Amino acid sequence: MTFLATIGSFIFSMFAEVGRVSIFARDAVLRGLLPPWYFRQLFEQIIRIGYNSLPVVGLTAFFTGGALALQIYIGGTRYNAENLVSSIVALGITRELGPVMAGLMVTGRVAAAIAAELGTMRVTEQIDALTTLSTNPFKYLVGPRILAAVITMPILVGIADIIGIFGGFVVGTSSLGFNYAAYIKNTTDFVQVADVTSGLIKAAVFGFIIALMGCYHGFNSKGGAQGVGRATTNAVVSGSILILAANYALTSLLFSE
Amino acid sequence: MPEPHIVLENVHKSFGTKHVLKGVNVGVGKGRSLVVIGGSGSGKSVTLKCILGLLHPEKGSIRVGGKEIIGLEGPALDQMMGRFGMVFQGAALFDSLSVWRNVAFGLIQGRKMKPSEARVIAIDKLAEVGLGAELADISPAELSGGMRKRVGLARAIAPEPEIIFFDEPTTGLDPIMGDVINNLIVDSVKRLGATTITITHDMASARKIGDDIAMIYKGKIVWCGPADEIDRSNNPYVDQFIHGREEGPIEIEL
Repeated sequence: MTFLATIGSFIFSMFAEVGRVSIFARDAVLRGLLPPWYFRQLFEQIIRIGYNSLPVVGLTAFFTGGALALQIYIGGTRYNAENLVSSIVALGITRELGPVMAGLMVTGRVAAAIAAELGTMRVTEQIDALTTLSTNPFKYLVGPRILAAVITMPILVGIADIIGIFGGFVVGTSSLGFNYAAYIKNTTDFVQVADVTSGLIKAAVFGFIIALMGCYHGFNSKGGAQGVGRATTNAVVSGSILILAANYALTSLLFSE
Repeated sequence: MPEPHIVLENVHKSFGTKHVLKGVNVGVGKGRSLVVIGGSGSGKSVTLKCILGLLHPEKGSIRVGGKEIIGLEGPALDQMMGRFGMVFQGAALFDSLSVWRNVAFGLIQGRKMKPSEARVIAIDKLAEVGLGAELADISPAELSGGMRKRVGLARAIAPEPEIIFFDEPTTGLDPIMGDVINNLIVDSVKRLGATTITITHDMASARKIGDDIAMIYKGKIVWCGPADEIDRSNNPYVDQFIHGREEGPIEIEL
């Protein structure tokens, strides 16, 4: 009976959490994204979320593209299909690895930072202070972060696609003996616009998830320094899981025949 | 007889099974200063947050200038907040903004004033609380506890609100700095002619700031009267609290 009660309690608390996140997301969209807009806040967040994430996303994409080229070459030699390296690297990066790897790296960097910042603001009553100064915290804090993440993630993923394919090109031409021109021609001939746009659509959705999880956990942080730490961990864990789940759902939706 | 400026009537607030406010009744006249005293966990902060709209009572009425504020949302709530100023216990200054931007926040965001005009007012308000213009551009993280309280006070009075709330204004300060803050509060409030509610457990502060004092215990007001009559209240809760005695009707939860 205790076992069943534990399972029941877990399921109830899970649904309650889903409900709370849904209400927060609704408020974030309705209150946070509608005017008045705080352009100064939005610009700051674009720099913090987008520009400052460029090094980590770029390096991740470069090494992922290189490793992918090696793996495809090693696997391809078993079937005499080594010449597919360039096209599969390009497809893998633009459709899956670019948005997912960028999403996970930005979750670790940005969702954690947002949760820690808003969590500290919550426990030090700065969010209450905003309300008493006639400023809606959803408009001032949540809206600019979500909007900035939705705007900058597709740009980051676009850059990650280019760097990831370049990583494959560097490994392919320097270690695997591919011809420069043939590698580039194979890539450009094979990749279609839809491959890139599907990745950018995923990136925008991931951006929403990252900022939403950071804001939700930070906003509902309680219990001092320990509570802020918990909020940061929860933001990264829930953001990462939701990105992987959303990636599967979007892949099914965008590539269903 | 006209209704007091701020009226709380039978206000109830619970958190889960914990009933924190059990029917708070109190009023503050226009331009008067009410100090609410009480021990930790008695419901002081919750009462203040209910008036500020940060918490929503389940039952009762809170009226400001005759207007019900429970249930206000959106622009109506923002408009009501524009009449309020609040000094938080830890000052609650925005770390990401400089000192002058903190002071001018309500003017720039709430009143849509140009930053250049708001900066001039912010520096004036900093001077009113005894801080120099050289502090205007530094980060709040570089200020001492007393300075942070002063900046918090300057931020609260900058939009010249008709009602100001103070949450434990002297907690964490040495007695001399506490007295400095008390004097600043009295001067600022007198200059603005504002109605104020202060919550504190510091009796020196309560006597200095308050025209009236109310004592809250277990979510109910157990005594309310003029500040100069508190020593003659003949109320056992008040007597125990102001003399800091362990024995008496107030139960200490250890």
